[in-house]
Amino acid sequence: MSLWKQHAKFERHSLLLIVGILLVVSIGGLVEIAPLFWLQGTIEKVQGVRPYTPLELAGRDIYVREGCYLCHSQMIRPLRDEVERYGHYSLAAESMYDHPFQWGSKRTGPDLARVGGKYSDSWHRDHLMDPRSVVPESVMPPYKFLADKELDYHDIVDRMKTLRTEGVPYTADEIANAKKDLEAQADPFSTDAVALRGRYGAKVVNRDFDGDPNKITEMDALVAYLQMLGTLVDFKSYKAQAPENQR
Amino acid sequence: MSGLSYETVARFAQQGGLIYFGLIFLAGVAYALRPSKKAEFQHAARMPLDDEELL
Amino acid sequence: MSAPSKISASPPAGSGVLLVISAVGAFLAILGAGLTQDPIFRLQIGTIALAGVIAAFVLNGGLAGGTLRDHPDQYSDNVIKAGVIATMFWAAAGLLVGVIIAAQLSWPRIFYFPEFGFLNFGRLRPLHTSAVIFAFGGNALIATSFWVVQRTCKARLAGGITPWFVFWGYQLFIVLAATGYLMGATQGKEYAEPEWYTDLWLTIVWVAYLLVFLGTIWKRKEPHIYVANWFYLAFIVTIALLHLVNNAAIPVGLLNHKSYDVFSGVQDALVQWWYGHNAVGFFLTAGFLAMMYYFVPKRVERPVYSYRLSIVHFWALIFIYIWAGPHHLHYTALPQWAQTLGMTFSIMLWMPSWGGMINGLMTLSGAWDKLRTDPVVRMMVVSIAFYGMSTFEGPVMSIRAVNALSHYTDWTIGHVHSGALGWVGFISFGAIYCLVPWLWKKKEMYSTKLIEWHFWIATTGILLYIAAMWVSGIMEGLMWREYTPQGFLAYSFIETVSAKHIENVIRTVGGLMYLAGALIMIVNVWKTIASPSAEPAEASAAPATAIA
Repeated sequence: MSLWKQHAKFERHSLLLIVGILLVVSIGGLVEIAPLFWLQGTIEKVQGVRPYTPLELAGRDIYVREGCYLCHSQMIRPLRDEVERYGHYSLAAESMYDHPFQWGSKRTGPDLARVGGKYSDSWHRDHLMDPRSVVPESVMPPYKFLADKELDYHDIVDRMKTLRTEGVPYTADEIANAKKDLEAQADPFSTDAVALRGRYGAKVVNRDFDGDPNKITEMDALVAYLQMLGTLVDFKSYKAQAPENQR
Repeated sequence: MSGLSYETVARFAQQGGLIYFGLIFLAGVAYALRPSKKAEFQHAARMPLDDEELL
Repeated sequence: MSAPSKISASPPAGSGVLLVISAVGAFLAILGAGLTQDPIFRLQIGTIALAGVIAAFVLNGGLAGGTLRDHPDQYSDNVIKAGVIATMFWAAAGLLVGVIIAAQLSWPRIFYFPEFGFLNFGRLRPLHTSAVIFAFGGNALIATSFWVVQRTCKARLAGGITPWFVFWGYQLFIVLAATGYLMGATQGKEYAEPEWYTDLWLTIVWVAYLLVFLGTIWKRKEPHIYVANWFYLAFIVTIALLHLVNNAAIPVGLLNHKSYDVFSGVQDALVQWWYGHNAVGFFLTAGFLAMMYYFVPKRVERPVYSYRLSIVHFWALIFIYIWAGPHHLHYTALPQWAQTLGMTFSIMLWMPSWGGMINGLMTLSGAWDKLRTDPVVRMMVVSIAFYGMSTFEGPVMSIRAVNALSHYTDWTIGHVHSGALGWVGFISFGAIYCLVPWLWKKKEMYSTKLIEWHFWIATTGILLYIAAMWVSGIMEGLMWREYTPQGFLAYSFIETVSAKHIENVIRTVGGLMYLAGALIMIVNVWKTIASPSAEPAEASAAPATAIA
């Protein structure tokens, strides 16, 4: 019995230590992080931000898969040179549907937050296939295989449903038509494109992003994603000086 | 929930955090400097140097 | 320890249970591999199945053949031996991948292969960071913590077979993560790339690790817990907390490798950098400070300079670190008060960091001559010096005005490497140079001269590396913001890329030198283990190698 008593005493020391560590570490983190979840006030009210179309989502998943975020940021800081180089500084609202966020921490290559529409589809394709054919001094890896590989979107509905569970406002209609919408966006002559625009907005374009009309490739998806980056917010209606946007 | 504005929560986080930090720090220093602990700490400091036999 | 041990007839507690779990796990994994439509998931879960089959096979052989035996009267050192070997293996692997990706940025026309997309920078970079941080660093931490907790508690590791489960389970985690990255399975969050099933597996292994560590502490013979164990405990507990929160994700399907992080946008950013910075604070700092607080006193045969300071160091460090994360998000869409809070605490962090540095360095007072005579001591002292340097540089870089320049540039990469190569790498190498002769019962390392070579090659490599990154980081930061007299941006982005070519090459050379140092160490460790023992060989080495 005395052994057990001893034992209990020893346990008390170590458990106190663990409780101390947890108190110090978790409350500190909570006090800092919790307010951000508390209210939507951290995110500006802006017009135009919408969930990704199925093809863009598939492209974004490829962007994540290839680790693009390790060299390209998607976060323009409100500094003069950045705004002049890349465009309007990034708003929290622009990544509100990004699971996970892709702000990045390093610019081995340029920021991509507003790359959408700056180059043609064929430029993107050539650049991704062989970066040095377009930009001789580039250090970017070649992504030729994206143009060869057919896009696997058998689980696109599951992907959208998962995101809906996490709060991305995909409608039942959007989920039911996910595959049709994906195919429509990659086909310049699709008759379903009107319905696609009806669901995701008039700005959505259907094109043959990779220039290969025979199949939907990973290149199609990735270029579709790149071409919409930073194009959603209507900056004419965004008032940067409004008090709710001054946090 | 509606009574708590973003500003309230943020201010609480900032001021509460400071007080909390101060208290924890003082508690840590007090523990470390407590005179009654001196012998224990002196003994503890030699723990890595002790004989390595498993008792 | 030198006396021949009593051979106990019974196998380590839990061996049978682990055998059943391995077999059932292997069966379920094979089932999953058969049912899934997802090729990546099939390969990943196939790896789990293979691991389960091997574990079941080896355990069964050990139990049936009677070679798997417990030795309650000895320290469990075989699992530490395995940990030391794994640490050196992953060091070589992780550093090699680092050199490869550095070469890719220096000579993209040579080191990229359009036919092999899995060798692209974006897939290899997580492989490098995970292999170095989690595989090399993690194995070093687990192995040294098992040594330190046993010696300072005078108790054998708790949990029967569990320490071996922790060791092999952790290797499986590394293999799953590493092969997953090559195939494109990633959550897309820096330093938290492994997908959901790998995260779940790590959680199980980590809980087992915590229980082994705590259980050993509970068996200790005196009330006080040595301060190194405090640091190890804070590392284990906090990493568990960070891991669980930051990896909260919902899988697309139970048979699908892909998952989506439950957080999004600005909240995700804050959670990620709360995790990311505390991975630095608790994995790469607290854990390695534990090493410092044991191995430096032990090697120089003097107690730590001030035990009281070590306690203040402990509480101040873990308290302040947890707040510092938002300095990774200066000038972003994160609310400004959070940025300011992160910056303030980052600057405060300088104090406990230097308190710890002084405590480590001053432990040598009265034994400074060892700096000249013992290259292992020199390595550990230089390590502490790098700790001091990077914990000074870090707070400077967290100041908003400085960060405006340094963020997104190579300066950050240089900062990380002065901490990783200088502090984490050198304190680990120092600890292993101590451990190898102790574990394998040799008088000393095979060659002191090779340690000298390792020290000088690696130190020069670090200096080349960080100097190159300072130059390129500050240069590109200044070029990005440079204007012509007419008020236009002076440089296009690609001009800042090509301007860094020489620095990239120097960085590659520096990394190669650091790798060369590690390879020299591997030879030295190998030769030491193979050399004739100072004492009679331990009769009990066989059972544990049977598990291995």
